[in-house]
Parts: sequence; C-alpha cells; structure tokens
Amino acid sequence: MVDLTIEIAGLRLKNPVITASGTFGFSQEYAPYVDLNRLGAITVKGITLLPRSGNPPPRLVETPAGILNAIGLQNPGVDYFAASILPYLSQFEVPVIVNMAGETVEEYAVLANKLSELNNIAALEVNISCPNVEKGGLQFGSDPAAAAEVTRAVKNNTSLPVIVKLSPNVTRIETVAQAVAQAGADALSLINTILGMAIDLKKRRPVLGNIFGGLSGPAIKPVALRAVWQVFEEVSLPIIGMGGIFTAQDALEFIMAGAKAVAVGTANFINPRATIDILEGIENYLRENKIKRLSDLVGAAHCKQ
Amino acid sequence: MTSYNTVNITRQDEIAPGFYLLSFKSPFSVHQAQPGQFVYLRCDNTYDPLLPRPFSIAMVDGGKNEVAILYQVVGRGTALLAQKKELDRFTVLGPLGRGFTLPPSGRLFRPKGGPKRVEPLESFPPSFLRIAVVAGGVGIAPLFFLLQRLKDLPDLTIEVLIGVRSIKQLLLATEIKSLSPQVKLHLATDDGSCGFHGSVTEILATLLKADKIDLVYACGPEAMLKIVAELLTKHNVPGEVSLERQMGCGVGACLSCVCKAKGERENSFRYRRVCKEGPVFPVQEIIWEE
Ligand SMILES: Cc1cc2nc3c(=O)[nH]c(=O)nc-3n(C[C@H](O)[C@H](O)[C@H](O)COP(=O)(O)OP(=O)(O)OC[C@H]3O[C@@H](n4cnc5c(N)ncnc54)[C@H](O)[C@@H]3O)c2cc1C
Ligand SMILES: Cc1cc2nc3c(=O)[nH]c(=O)nc-3n(C[C@H](O)[C@H](O)[C@H](O)COP(=O)(O)O)c2cc1C
Ligand code: FES
Repeated sequence: MVDLTIEIAGLRLKNPVITASGTFGFSQEYAPYVDLNRLGAITVKGITLLPRSGNPPPRLVETPAGILNAIGLQNPGVDYFAASILPYLSQFEVPVIVNMAGETVEEYAVLANKLSELNNIAALEVNISCPNVEKGGLQFGSDPAAAAEVTRAVKNNTSLPVIVKLSPNVTRIETVAQAVAQAGADALSLINTILGMAIDLKKRRPVLGNIFGGLSGPAIKPVALRAVWQVFEEVSLPIIGMGGIFTAQDALEFIMAGAKAVAVGTANFINPRATIDILEGIENYLRENKIKRLSDLVGAAHCKQ
Repeated sequence: MTSYNTVNITRQDEIAPGFYLLSFKSPFSVHQAQPGQFVYLRCDNTYDPLLPRPFSIAMVDGGKNEVAILYQVVGRGTALLAQKKELDRFTVLGPLGRGFTLPPSGRLFRPKGGPKRVEPLESFPPSFLRIAVVAGGVGIAPLFFLLQRLKDLPDLTIEVLIGVRSIKQLLLATEIKSLSPQVKLHLATDDGSCGFHGSVTEILATLLKADKIDLVYACGPEAMLKIVAELLTKHNVPGEVSLERQMGCGVGACLSCVCKAKGERENSFRYRRVCKEGPVFPVQEIIWEE
C-alpha cells in the first residue's frame, strides 16, 4: 500500500487530486462518470455574493493545445449555493473547497463571513486572479499590496483555511505569493489562466464576446510548472499546482516542483474521468518506484544530488 | 444512462462529397436515446485539436444497438474523423442534452380563435397532428433520428422540408422517403438543381399560410432558424429548434455554450446551456442575435 494522503493548511486529503474551479461545475454534472468519493477534494465554480449572469457569448475558443475562456464568473450567488448546492455536495465523503470572488475588498470580506457560517465547507479558495471580469479579479491579483489586503479581509472573517489563488499574469509571482503569505494565507493555488485572445478572420473581429480570455490546457503547463517551482523556493506555504495537468506524469512533475496537491481543470473536458485516471497513474508510479509516501516526492526536483 | 467509453467504428461512408455517415457500436442503449440528443466525441487523440466535437445522433439501429452520426467536413477535427475506418476506435461521451419533445399520443385541439394546443387523447375529438420537419444542410442529422421515432406514432402527417445548396449535397432523401407513407418530402435548392429554387423557409411559409401545419421541428444554420422562428411567431404555431454553440465540457459544467433565452420576467433574459437545457429549445424561448 502506498500512502497518498497529504495535508494542506490543516486539511487532510485522502489523495492529492482536486478538481480545478470552474471546470467541474458543482460536480453533479460529472457524477455519472466519476465516483466523486474517490477525489481528494472538490473545488466548486467561483461563487460571488450576488448572482452573476456572466459575459456575452462566444465564451470559449479552442487554440493550439489549449482553450481560451471568458465565462465571466457566471454563478447563482452564495444564497442559492448554500440552499441548493451545498446540501448535494455534503452527501459525499469529499472535502469541498469553495472558490470565491468579489469586486471590492469589502465584498470578499462579507462573502467569507457568509460562507463561514455554513456547514460542510472545508476551505475557501480566494480567486484574485480571474482575467474575465471587469472589476475585481486580476486587479487584486496583480498588485501585491491589494492581494495582501484581500487576503487579510478574508482571514479576518473566517476560521476556515484560506487558500489564495494566484495569477500568472504578473512579472514576479513570488512577490505576490510572499505578500499573501505575510497577510496570513494558509495555502496557495497556482496558476489561474493566462490572459490571451483570438481573432476570427471571417468576421475580422475578436472571437470572444469579452475580447480577452484566459488560456488553459496543455499549452500553459510549462508556465504553471515554472510558477510552482519559483514560489516553492521562496515561500513555505503548501501549494496546489494546476495548469495543463492531463496525465499522471504531468501531475508528478508538479509534485516534484513543489506542489503538495494538484488540480485538474481543462482535462475534464477531454476526458471526464481524467481525475481518476491521474489518481490511479500516480498510485502506480509510487508502487513501481517503491515510494511509500507521496509526501516524500513533494519538491523532490529541488534537491541537489 | 449517459456514459463515457471507447467505441469501435462499424462503418463509415462518404454519402455525398464532404459528408460522412459514421456508425459505431453504441455504449448506451439506443432505445433510451432521444432524438435531438448529441454525442461528444474525440476525433483523434491529439492535443491539437484538443476538444472533443459534438454531433447529433442521426440514426439508431435498435437491433444491432448501433448509433450513426452524419457530419460535414468543415475543419481539422472533422477532417481527422473522415480518415477513420472500420474497427478504428474513439471515445464517446453521451447521449447528452435535451432532445425534441415527441408529440403526445393525442390529437390536436384548437379552441375557436385561441392558440393551437396539443391535448391528451381522452378530452378531445380525434384529428391528425400535422407536423413539419425543416432541415437546412447537415441539419437533417438530428431530424432523421426524429423521423425514425415519429414514423411509429399514430395519427400524424409529416411534411419533411429540406433545403440544400445543390442536389449534390442532398442527404438521406431516399431513406426519408422509404421511412413511411405518412412522410411527404419537399426539396429546395439554392441553385435550382432540384425541387423549389430558393429557400426552404419559403416552402414553410406557404404551408403555414395555408394553415396546414400544427407543429414544427427545425435544425440548420442559425439564419434559417431565425426565419423559422419569425414565421412560427407570426402564425402562432409551436415548434422546437436545435442550436449549435462552441462547447467545452459538453455536460453542463463549464458554462461555455450558452445562448440567450427569455427570462422569467418580461424583457429579461437568461443564459441557457446548449449542452444541457438544449440543444433543442422551444422556438419562442430563444432571443435571436442580430
Ligand atoms: C449540439 C451540436 C450538434 C451538432 N451536430 C452536428 C452534426 O450532426 N453534424 C455536423 O456535421 N455537425 C454538427 N455540429 C457541428 C460540429 O460540431 C462542428 O462542425 C465541428 O465541431 C467542427 O469541428 P472541426 O474541427 O472540423 O472544425 P473547426 O476547425 O473547429 O472549425 C472549422 C470551421 O467550422 C466552424 N464550426 C466549428 N464548430 C462549429 C459549430 N459548433 N457550429 C457551427 N460551426 C462550427 C468554425 O466556425 C470554423 O469556421 C453540431 C454542433 C453542436 C453544438
Ligand atoms: C471554463 C473555465 C472556467 C474557470 N472558472 C474559474 C473560476 O470560476 N474560478 C477560478 O479561480 N478559476 C477558474 N478557472 C481556472 C481553472 O480553475 C484553472 O486554474 C486553469 O484552468 C488552469 O488549469 P487547467 O489548465 O488544468 O485548466 C476556469 C477555467 C476554465 C477553463
Ligand atoms: S459545454 Fe460546458 S456547459 Fe455546455
């Protein structure tokens, strides 16, 4: 037997495979294909204080080895989430991580407070890195001081573990990571999507209704891996790595770069069983290489031999 | 009952230049699939193109439990798919989405002056329900499966209206004619090479004006569907249309594939997922973009 358990910010996960926010809905949609109880944790679609209708379509376009999305945080709002979605999620033996976003620091604070009053939430993932909304999002994630301020506001309003999700659309991601660490973050998720765009030659217009979108999928994996590596070297917080993880090999690279857990996003669209396939692949790798504990591999690539 | 599986191709034929009919052993029971539902399949195991592609179920064979899709080669994914041969394998997710509503096994009732309604059999005197099935180009795909199901229902007449660019692109016409004697076929071509010279919506307009249609099902280019919607509103006839949008997950999780639909309050709108609440929508629900 290999030991796949890991601990992140006081949260014990039975394995390191998590769903990436926005790519797994509220998980009902994938229940026919995936035994949800096998997942390390479920991170739900970003929730805001009030319902949001999202951006005008088209919202997605395929690019080489990736996709650009500009959903614009469409979600039913925290009250609906609490009343109609959380009870469904609570029937599974899986920690639920709630991804949350706001337009102002105050909104993050109020939302954190509201979510903390609910049962069956394991942690908050603070999205300060959504490239697809006019206000909030990236504006907080690209400025270390603002990122720290949001982190503090959330921390002051919750007793749940706080995971801050960082954007790669910055010059030095380590600087933002340090700022949110000092502000009290318990863990880091990286990375969110990379800002990009595509143009429709027939219409001679940007493809996406929002003009810009966030790039995800295999195309961004090297960038994400580099971000995990750099942050691991400079900040001691546990890291959830994500960005183009499609196979167990990809996941293991992130773990060796310093991620304690991994999140699977776009891969779910190509293979709805991707999370389970990756989990089984990691387990096989450990067994074949006679590694007893997954935690022994975390950051392994940093050790100089 | 939806599932994710690797399947074997049992047959693939180019039935018209650039149009392919591809059959595979169905991983789900075809008896439970609804006309209008789609499958999300990977054309090849590549990272580029990355996403699966959605295709309507075009035909089912209950005896062999096989599904066929009918597709047009328009880009790289469909070009890769066209190279596949018998026994080649690919992954299929499905059946997905909400299909067409089959008419109740009842009769048509029309109160004097009021809108037409389909009511249960018990309450009203019998008469025939007159259905029009309107297809533009490869839009015939989900409608053929619909016809396979409609032909077994009692008390219907079915007018099938097909519009194509030219006779070379006419798909499944022989198969449609041999489905049932209840089915009457009307053709329209853009170049006049066969049938009516003009748009298929003009045939529909004539039938509606003559008060010969009670219910319409349509699939085709969005510009055609928009005209169908206008005609149905004008003549106060109910109908359903099948829409296409770029998809991400195909299962309702990512909110990529939305179309604009009427909201609960007047003049409000809401986004509906084509992969989940659709791809088939009641025609009066859609807000058509300019
Ligand atoms: C629910 C649903 C059911 C469908 N059923 C069928 C079917 O039964 N038969 C069939 O031939 N096609 C069907 N389509 C369309 C089909 O999915 C696209 O033609 C296919 O994805 C194109 O892939 P590609 O890689 O060949 O083209 P790409 O390289 O992705 O695109 C090539 C060109 O095709 C256009 N295109 C791409 N996707 C779509 C789309 N979804 N709708 C319209 N144009 C598109 C693009 O604008 C581009 O110009 C359906 C689409 C949906 C959403
Ligand atoms: C369609 C879509 C929606 C997303 N929605 C959210 C969101 O609501 N909140 C968030 O923090 N990240 C969101 N993301 C980002 C992902 O969680 C993830 O960080 C990113 O896609 C990189 O991982 P991947 O390449 O494995 O998809 C979304 C990504 C996609 C593709
Ligand atoms: S394709 Fe993901 S919600 Fe429809």
